[in-house]
Amino acid sequence: MIPALETRALRKAFDRPAVEGLDLTVRPGEFYTLLGPNGAGKTTTLRMVAGLLAPDSGSISIFGVDALADPVAAKRMTAWLSDEPMIYDKLSPLEYLAFVAGLWGVDAGHAEMRATELLDWLGLAPHAHERCEGFSRGMKQKVALAGALVHEPRLIVLDEPLTGLDARSARLVKDVLIARVAGGATVVMTTHILEVAERMAERIGVIAQGRLIAEGTLEDLRARSGRRDSTLEDVFLALTAEEPATA
Amino acid sequence: MMRAGSIAWIAGHELRLAWRDFVSMATGGRRRRTAVAVLLVAIFIAFMHWLADLTVGGHADAVPDRQTLTIVTGAVVLSWSLMLSQALEQVTRAFYQRADLDLILSSPLPARRLFTVRIAAIAGTTMAMALFLIAPFVNVLAWHGGPRWLSAYGVVFALGASATAVAVALTDSLFRWVGPRRTRYAAQVLAAVTGAVFVIGIQAAAIVSYGSPARFDLLQSEAVAALAPAVESAFWWPARAVLGEGSPLAAVLALGCALFVAAIAFFSTRFARHARATAGAPSTLRARQGRAAAFGRSTPGTVLRRKEWMLLRRDPWLMSQSLMQVLYLIPPALLLWRNFGEGSDMPVFVAPVLVVTAGQLAGGLAWLAVSGEDAPDLIGSAPVTARSVLRAKVEATMAAIVCLFAPFLLALAFGSLWIALVAAAGIVAAALSAIQIQLWFRLQARRTHFRRRHTSSRVATFAEALSSFSWAGAAGLAAAGSPLAPAGALVALAVLLGTGVLRPVAVRRRQAPVAPTPSQLSPA
Repeated sequence: MIPALETRALRKAFDRPAVEGLDLTVRPGEFYTLLGPNGAGKTTTLRMVAGLLAPDSGSISIFGVDALADPVAAKRMTAWLSDEPMIYDKLSPLEYLAFVAGLWGVDAGHAEMRATELLDWLGLAPHAHERCEGFSRGMKQKVALAGALVHEPRLIVLDEPLTGLDARSARLVKDVLIARVAGGATVVMTTHILEVAERMAERIGVIAQGRLIAEGTLEDLRARSGRRDSTLEDVFLALTAEEPATA
Repeated sequence: MMRAGSIAWIAGHELRLAWRDFVSMATGGRRRRTAVAVLLVAIFIAFMHWLADLTVGGHADAVPDRQTLTIVTGAVVLSWSLMLSQALEQVTRAFYQRADLDLILSSPLPARRLFTVRIAAIAGTTMAMALFLIAPFVNVLAWHGGPRWLSAYGVVFALGASATAVAVALTDSLFRWVGPRRTRYAAQVLAAVTGAVFVIGIQAAAIVSYGSPARFDLLQSEAVAALAPAVESAFWWPARAVLGEGSPLAAVLALGCALFVAAIAFFSTRFARHARATAGAPSTLRARQGRAAAFGRSTPGTVLRRKEWMLLRRDPWLMSQSLMQVLYLIPPALLLWRNFGEGSDMPVFVAPVLVVTAGQLAGGLAWLAVSGEDAPDLIGSAPVTARSVLRAKVEATMAAIVCLFAPFLLALAFGSLWIALVAAAGIVAAALSAIQIQLWFRLQARRTHFRRRHTSSRVATFAEALSSFSWAGAAGLAAAGSPLAPAGALVALAVLLGTGVLRPVAVRRRQAPVAPTPSQLSPA
């Protein structure tokens, strides 16, 4: 089976190494969560996967496509959503989604239908024609999420997508992601909310100092940490405590 | 020791922040550049004194006759309009830039005190900026003509105080007329236009009346002299104050101070109310029907181009800022119209004016399209090659330039096909050079930082201006039929190549990723 995402010996350094020889394999249709302390290299990893950052060395493959050799083909199957919703204030949500669909080459008629459906689903239908400049952070994040989904990506890469969302919005986003996974999409997500990872992720990767230090289901991680009945929080703290503190 | 919460204490706090902001702007945020920045300022001041000596050094013995009073009054009105423009911009920023406002307004400190200090700070900044340009002229005149000219400093003080008072009153009126949502745009567009309207207006009047773009021709004309009031009139008091007369100086100072104190007394409390209103009210223009179809069935390149034009069109402030240069096309347009109507020779200098304007405008638009991308992650993660994205952005910029300058070129072609061709070639060359410089020195920033884009790279700013002027020089020489025109073009190319040589150093230092994280977005 071709993995949805595969990284091999991935490296990236800024002033200091951020990602060091990361090997990661995510299966198609999987909900994979990447955990790690601040500065562990999670965002850098995901930005490299999304084609936003060039790695120093290593390889990235998305559904068998070499993302470094053929970034356009890889990006066509991928969506990226960061914790900071960066959208165009002067566009309405509907226009923003039409723009994103245009970038991904989605048929305009189909895109409009998808956009309307997504906005409705995310509770943004009443604001579909308003410019985004007056939107709250949560509303902007939902517009950005709709943008990530409008082109029906096979791999959805999300960096802390629940940051700044209220409980209802967070639940909505979680439901949307679960529905996408049920529909066959693959989700790779970082989060600091361990309860979310515990409840949603099929497999969890723990990253520290740019390396994958543990990976598996919650049960696997419990076994690895030697804490059979612990919460993910306890397991995470135990696993990351073994690593020297990061800056 | 100052009492916490007192006006002096707030003033100290504001002064410290303003000083740090100024140092950051001057040094581009790099402390090691302080010595270079000080040296550059010293060179600029020396240059301004030399320029002042060259232009006004021989007029230090001027007496208050009608012609002198007219010219000095023109200079006073010009200075005041520029100060008003700057004050308006600052007042708007004081309302809308939240920064520490939420913190201070939520504290038990009386808001009136804060805004008293802020209005005073606006006046102080306005005066300081004006003095930076005016002081060399005053110093030179005082050097040659005696200390009487130092009274001009008093006039600058009065002008700064009154400009601030009027700016505060105007913004307050806008709040009441158009509401907090639209005031920001209205005031900023007003500020942009106010700064240029007097200069352009007087030049346009000179062209229409005399066929000459020289502003002083109009001020020195018999028609203006005939319209001007008698020498004894109070109308001339500001000019007389500049020339060193005591009573007019006292009157001008008293009026400036009175307006300023009244502005503080009336508006400092209302400022707090308005500031709260801007925090509560969205800056959005609601419920305007967005057309998703605007992006239609298009290629990614077309979608990107349309997006650039749409964002620019929908932002009146950015539009006013970037199209400010277009206002300077009014004089050459009038000159074209006048000469075309009279069938006389087409003035050669129209071509370089068009070229330099195109270069500057293209630089601003390219900055917005390339560096001012608000969703770099989205564009970076889209299945479009970086080359296609850049090409679309360059095309968007060039298309705007072509649309804007085509009517001028067409009008020019009716008068002189040669000059029109030269101007067209110069416009394309200057615009492409400016875009290339922006591509070389791009540094992701927010569009709202458009006004401060020059602080991110001094080299790019200088190169952009030098390139535009070089191409303008080449176009001027070619339009005049000079054999030196190819040499001019070579100089312009050399400027571009020289800038290209400097580029790798800047890029290497930044280690710019394909697209920055939000936190990497430059504040400048």
